[in-house]
Amino acid sequence: MRIKSRGNTGIVEGDLTPMIDMTFQLIAFFMLVINFSDVEQDQRVQLPASELAKPPSAPYEQPLTIHLTKNDEYIFGGKEMTELSLLKSALLREVQIIKRYTSKKLADVTVIIRADGQAKTGQVQEVIQACQELEFERFALRGKQSDVSTIGGK
Amino acid sequence: MKIRNTEHREEIVLQMTPMIDIVFQLLVFFVFTFKIVLPEGDFNIRMPSSSASQASQPSETPLLKVRLRADADGELAGVQLNDNQFSGENPFLQLHEEIRSMINDAGGPGSTDQEVEIEADYDLKYRYAMNAITAITGEIDDNGEQHKLVERVRFAPLGER
Repeated sequence: MRIKSRGNTGIVEGDLTPMIDMTFQLIAFFMLVINFSDVEQDQRVQLPASELAKPPSAPYEQPLTIHLTKNDEYIFGGKEMTELSLLKSALLREVQIIKRYTSKKLADVTVIIRADGQAKTGQVQEVIQACQELEFERFALRGKQSDVSTIGGK
Repeated sequence: MKIRNTEHREEIVLQMTPMIDIVFQLLVFFVFTFKIVLPEGDFNIRMPSSSASQASQPSETPLLKVRLRADADGELAGVQLNDNQFSGENPFLQLHEEIRSMINDAGGPGSTDQEVEIEADYDLKYRYAMNAITAITGEIDDNGEQHKLVERVRFAPLGER
């Protein structure tokens, strides 16, 4: 009797095309939304919201970013500081670098202040005052954008 | 003569496995580095040190003083514009209306060199200061367009109190 070979010896290959299509779509999506320039963002700071906070029309030229957390800590240049005097000396070093290596005036340098909504206003003022003593004039108080009115209007 | 069949009938099989490996590696990298970036915005304020500003720019319009008082926990206890105390549910909205009426009287919004000084208690939570700045500097109309009200805002020097 002749025995029929039942076993299918051919390799069964699933159709991979839709999966690869999807995967490429996903990669394209993530590549587009990835943002490497968010180094100045810090998750330890929860910004206060404001409907008028608008993104800068042009990026600042070499801004200085000072973060203020709700635990009264300052973060500047990636370092956490608990004392205002430490922040002042770090700023002074920055000022010397700007003066020595660039032709910019300190009054044209923007100091971005990212303070937590729960931080003390007095501390923000102290930071501003410390910067003013070093002849900085431009400040950008950063807030989270909001679609609804934060002052109770419509 | 025997003619050799030179045509290769073998199918070229594309090796998909390495490509899929790499693609998945890429996908995993992007998924892990993905972070939702919340939109942020700035209030640009030019604040020279108080001694310099007083010497260089004597303002014609009187300085408006906004006083923000805090309770022991740093919550808002009162808002005051010059001698006008705002109470009730939305003190910042009232402050905004008051400043807008003052600016409108003095020649239309945005056209003023009016300066506002914010004097806040040390312990006041910063979000209230942000609310005050929002109320003072502008408004959003029904079409979602932004209108400027007062651009010159500064904090009162800390030493004065």
